[in-house]
Amino acid sequence: MRAPLRVVVVYPDLLGTYGDGGNGLILTRRAQWRGIEAELAQASSDAPLPEADIYCLGGGEDGPQVRAARALIDDRTLVRRADAGAVVLAVCAGYQIVGSTFPGADGTPHEGVGLLGLTTSKGVGSRAVGEVTAEVAATVLAPATLPTLTGFENHGGVTTLAEGITPLARVTRGVGNGDGSGTEGAVTGRVMGTYLHGPVLARNPAMADLLLAWALDTDASALMPLDDSAHERLRLARLGPHRAGATGRKVRHRVRRRNDR
Amino acid sequence: MRYRLALTTTRAVNATSRRLGRGQGTVAGGRAGLKVDPQLLRRLTAGRRVALISGTNGKTTTTRLLAVALGAHGDDVVSNETGSNMPPGHVAALVANRRAKRAVLEVDEIYLPRVLAATGADMVLLLNLSRDQLDRTNEVRMVANRWRAALAAAPHTAVIANADDPLVVWAAGAAAQVSWVGAGLSWHLDAAGCPSCEGRITFADDGTGEWHCESGCGFARPPVTATLLLTDHGSTHHGLWADGRSYEIALNLPGRFNRANALMVAVAAETVGIDAADALAAMGQIEEVAGRFATRVLGGVPTRLMLAKNPAGWSELLDLVAQDRGPLVVSINARTADGADPSWLWDVPFERLAGRAVVATGDRCADLSVRLHYADVAHLVESDPLTGVHTAATMGDDATPVDVTTVDVIGNYTAFGELLGARP
Repeated sequence: MRAPLRVVVVYPDLLGTYGDGGNGLILTRRAQWRGIEAELAQASSDAPLPEADIYCLGGGEDGPQVRAARALIDDRTLVRRADAGAVVLAVCAGYQIVGSTFPGADGTPHEGVGLLGLTTSKGVGSRAVGEVTAEVAATVLAPATLPTLTGFENHGGVTTLAEGITPLARVTRGVGNGDGSGTEGAVTGRVMGTYLHGPVLARNPAMADLLLAWALDTDASALMPLDDSAHERLRLARLGPHRAGATGRKVRHRVRRRNDR
Repeated sequence: MRYRLALTTTRAVNATSRRLGRGQGTVAGGRAGLKVDPQLLRRLTAGRRVALISGTNGKTTTTRLLAVALGAHGDDVVSNETGSNMPPGHVAALVANRRAKRAVLEVDEIYLPRVLAATGADMVLLLNLSRDQLDRTNEVRMVANRWRAALAAAPHTAVIANADDPLVVWAAGAAAQVSWVGAGLSWHLDAAGCPSCEGRITFADDGTGEWHCESGCGFARPPVTATLLLTDHGSTHHGLWADGRSYEIALNLPGRFNRANALMVAVAAETVGIDAADALAAMGQIEEVAGRFATRVLGGVPTRLMLAKNPAGWSELLDLVAQDRGPLVVSINARTADGADPSWLWDVPFERLAGRAVVATGDRCADLSVRLHYADVAHLVESDPLTGVHTAATMGDDATPVDVTTVDVIGNYTAFGELLGARP
């Protein structure tokens, strides 16, 4: 009998601007619905970060983002647990702070947690705000695959991946990393970062199951199927009938470059 | 000369757009007038006493409450009652009534600094600040900082502000004259970080409402002029003044939040020499405000219509409807006026609806359905709101007979507007 799966939402008092707590809830419920014992905890920034199998980091405003990075660096639990194989899902401001550097409100660079080899700087021009559609190439998560990603972005930062760091996906709509490469997010080992903010897992249940499978040391295809009709309706509404397949079985690898910038 | 032309233009466009059936003409005329004379708002408020109301939630209702309270002695008051809360809406309302010496204007949060500068308002009510339409306003702290700068530059303005919202206290803290009101705050997620030093705000859980920054920077709840109290086992609300006076707040509008808004208005009325008791008596006569909380027959079904457009507003309304057991229709859109990003649905404690018969509807019923699924709220999905109301009327759950008389309907901004305008 394995210990309960522990899911921690990291610092919702600092990083929770866009309903990001939903990701922790979705992961926990999808485990529980399969009969896997799972616990969800909200970890406040004024206490030591608890030990966990999955950490979810959300979006935040400039000031709180700097404080969250500082607290995570001082606390050291996140880096230690990630090194030991814990799963990390970092979105929006959370994605920026798990990189090496990110900009504060005035643009000055701040030290990040360093889980992903990437740097973020303040973008010139307007913020990237709007719907995002992105395709995950077959090689990125092999042997696992993910169907078309759908989400919403709202960020002023431009993220550049270090040499050899794998982007999560390639945008077909929206901005994503915004460095001109047409990429979105990044993934290294079991650390996944994305600009698809808020409850990204609500729109991409296959991504939730992939993270769960990582945490359970199993294959996503080995997880018990769930009634995902609500998710499927949402994906159909956001993506249209051609790309909405939520199961990942009908993955299309065609990469469109039309909107690359 | 330019001013006269601007007035004529505003009136003409208003009349035309009304005649063409394109709504009340409140915005189109004002916009046209401002094109002709960008100083139109300044000129239209010259010689009038202006009160402004802003905040994330409760603006429209509080504007109505204040207009009624300031008119308690029979004075003529002009107000943008329809919720058109940007300068074109202000201009349209002011053009329509040039005689009234008192103007009461609802103001969009982002526009407050501009409107304050243009009108030289003698009174500003600040209700609360929390996340809303993040794709438009980005960051709520930025709004608080802009308010703070604007109020620091307005030494002759009397500010009436909610002492229980740290972001409002930060914004009003730079003003020369402030009356603080203990109006309560039901949703604290945007208030955890100290706006003064980036420390952490702790809220006392002993019922005193006190809060302070843990870092010792000194930022804390200021002493209040009056505070909202729940009395008689929660059945009535009273305003308790620091000088010992106490008044019952009896309204026809539902909810704790409306009583809090009425208390702020009573304190505001006192600053201009109107007795709090007279102000409260006048407010007690209001039956509904711009359709909010109204009972309407929709497609043959009696409904109670409610508006909630962000997590803080939802939190208050879910408290209100939690007492009911009948079916509930929730309608969510994500059009321009709603904000294009419904991520905030995951900040709303929909878990409180467990056991209710719920219908998810609106443009974004699929987003809502996923959220309800994870909140363990059994529900039906029906993308057309009127069909959704019909479906709800024929649903029963374990606790509710099917012959319920009224269906509760909560919509966010455009979803609510659509239902309000629907045929009976």
